[in-house]
Amino acid sequence: MSDGTSADKPVPQPEEVVGPRAGELVSGSGSAGRPHHGPEVVAVRRGMFGVHDSGDTSGYGGLVQPVAMPGAATRPYGGWFDEAVDILAEVLGDAGVAFDDAVERVVVDPPGERAELTLHVAREHLVAVCRALRDDQDLRFELSLGVSGVHYPHDTGRELHAVYHLTSVTHGRRIRLEVACPDADPHVPSTTSVYPANDWHERETWDFFGIVFDGHPGLARIEMPDDWPGHPQRKDYPLGGIPVEYKGATVPPPDTRRSYS
Amino acid sequence: MSAQTQAPRATRPPVDDLDPSVPGFEASGGDWDDIAREAIGEERIVVNMGPQHPSTHGVLRLMLEIDGETVTEARCGVGYLHTGIEKNMEFRNWTQGTTFCTRMDYLAPFFQETAYCLATEKLLGITDDVPERASVIRVLMMELNRVASHLVALGTGGNEMGATTVMTVAFTAREEILRVFEAVTGLRMNHAYVRPGGVAVDVPDGVDAQARHAIAEVRKYLGQLGDLMLANPIFKARLTDVGTLDLTGCMALGITGPVLRSTGLPYDVRKAFPYCGYETYDFDVPTDTAADSYARVVLRIEECYQSLRIAEQCLARLADTAGAPVMVGDRKIAWPAQLSVGTDGQGNSLDHIRTIMGSSMEALIHHFKLVTEGFRVPVGQAWQTVEHPRGELGVHVVSEGGTKPYRAHFRDPSFNNLQAVSVMCEGGQVADVVVAVASLDPVLGGVDR
Repeated sequence: MSDGTSADKPVPQPEEVVGPRAGELVSGSGSAGRPHHGPEVVAVRRGMFGVHDSGDTSGYGGLVQPVAMPGAATRPYGGWFDEAVDILAEVLGDAGVAFDDAVERVVVDPPGERAELTLHVAREHLVAVCRALRDDQDLRFELSLGVSGVHYPHDTGRELHAVYHLTSVTHGRRIRLEVACPDADPHVPSTTSVYPANDWHERETWDFFGIVFDGHPGLARIEMPDDWPGHPQRKDYPLGGIPVEYKGATVPPPDTRRSYS
Repeated sequence: MSAQTQAPRATRPPVDDLDPSVPGFEASGGDWDDIAREAIGEERIVVNMGPQHPSTHGVLRLMLEIDGETVTEARCGVGYLHTGIEKNMEFRNWTQGTTFCTRMDYLAPFFQETAYCLATEKLLGITDDVPERASVIRVLMMELNRVASHLVALGTGGNEMGATTVMTVAFTAREEILRVFEAVTGLRMNHAYVRPGGVAVDVPDGVDAQARHAIAEVRKYLGQLGDLMLANPIFKARLTDVGTLDLTGCMALGITGPVLRSTGLPYDVRKAFPYCGYETYDFDVPTDTAADSYARVVLRIEECYQSLRIAEQCLARLADTAGAPVMVGDRKIAWPAQLSVGTDGQGNSLDHIRTIMGSSMEALIHHFKLVTEGFRVPVGQAWQTVEHPRGELGVHVVSEGGTKPYRAHFRDPSFNNLQAVSVMCEGGQVADVVVAVASLDPVLGGVDR
């Protein structure tokens, strides 16, 4: 890695991807999303075979591959997705929220008939979107299956994501909402007023990722002890494992071991 | 044995906003009359139940505020069994993930494995390539596992109410199923048998006869359990109208599984969002409208019969597909292992190793790369749910194109369902808390992960 690919170089964009795995690694880069809402670069992979120290014996040390999550989909989305998005836009419009303000991006992924619909929602409109999805009779996503957090340290300004999976028992449909917030201001409004089921799930996401759900009735840690420092599921959380020693050789903790890039 | 509370104290107060002007009492054993005498005039008695308590289904901590025998407030404390499985999975490759997630809900290991593998397959885009025989084996294992899990729910639930025979009969029946698991996977729990792309190894010869014998035996024991419980006036009096939760409450709190179906809504993921070919099996979704603990017992017994029905259909299909592959054909994904039973137990097939080592250098390199590095999964995220014995189990996996999951989150039904404890217990008797919690059937390994 002594060939000029320094870490402070600007993050490459998906269209710059070169190399044998270009097509595989940057999924969704071909779709025509709005420029400011293009594919999110969530990681940058350098080299191959996990060689990170001196002596690039692989010959792939100069390989730099940005990893982007699937980008915005273009119409038609397919199946019931178009109809649901249209109804949501209409219901939000009636409530005085512009659809483009509330939903930053509509993603349909993975490709094929098993595609899932993801709405990237602006955090200030999250509760309004949830309420519309739950209450409108043509949407009726009445069952919330909790909150999952994801930490993307490379997604500058949108490091922490909260992911909601909603189910419509009435219509037999599923939808995913994704909300991003910066690490510096990790606040997302609580959805417990719409989905009381998210109470513990938001506590869990706070516990593991440090996302503060504003308006939650009692945002306490749930899995870790109350006085635990840090949020363990974040990517920057040190594992602090104990090196394993065997016959003089030591195996370091998993996060500091050599791994495949 | 009780004393006026003085700081510092060994345990933190059950509620953080305890008003310091209100005297509190802590008791750790002793005669209840003595404790009550000291607490006379005290409106609020908080009883801490668990985390080490035989009737809390594991390390569940219940904080009960009681007025006489009536529970006025009930709260759960969880997290005593948190082992960071989701975090661990981020440092192992996609195949090794099954070894971790199988340990979450240890009474229903096949459900976590299958849900995780289905989600991984969705990201890989190979859902349609998974061989039919692999799906049949998955369904067979899951349905037998559902029976085993419900038997533990019924058995421990009965035991907590003092019906020891219910427990012994249920565990004897479960033993029959665990023997089938051991024959197929080599282990009675923590199987890691379902793998992305299929299953680890085909079922052994003679599993058909063994499983049919087990199904017959389990039917017999289920009959005994039904005789013991369903028309038993003591049992009915103890469970009827206890721990009720109506449909509105279930939907608001995201409660799924037998608890939801006891309100009359026939929501079952196997029917609503079929996976593993469940739409091709013939089975019913039993429901009830009483929405109480007794209805949930009836439903669990009925679901066991339905699961055995599916298991028999699986056995017929296994006979039809004998010799068919149980792993995807894509050699870039299929784990290059062939297991066989040797004199020292189940392990790698020596013939298979000889072929790999002897036939081709490329085969050896490929084997080495796939086992040490693993396969890469395209960038994206996927959500897959399965009908777990306790409700809807959801798996959210995120890949950044690497050989390891970037994030694997499990929406465990026990975790979600425990939120209902407050609603189900408040206003009831202290003794009914045990019944209500047993009817939710939480497994703390899944709650805490």
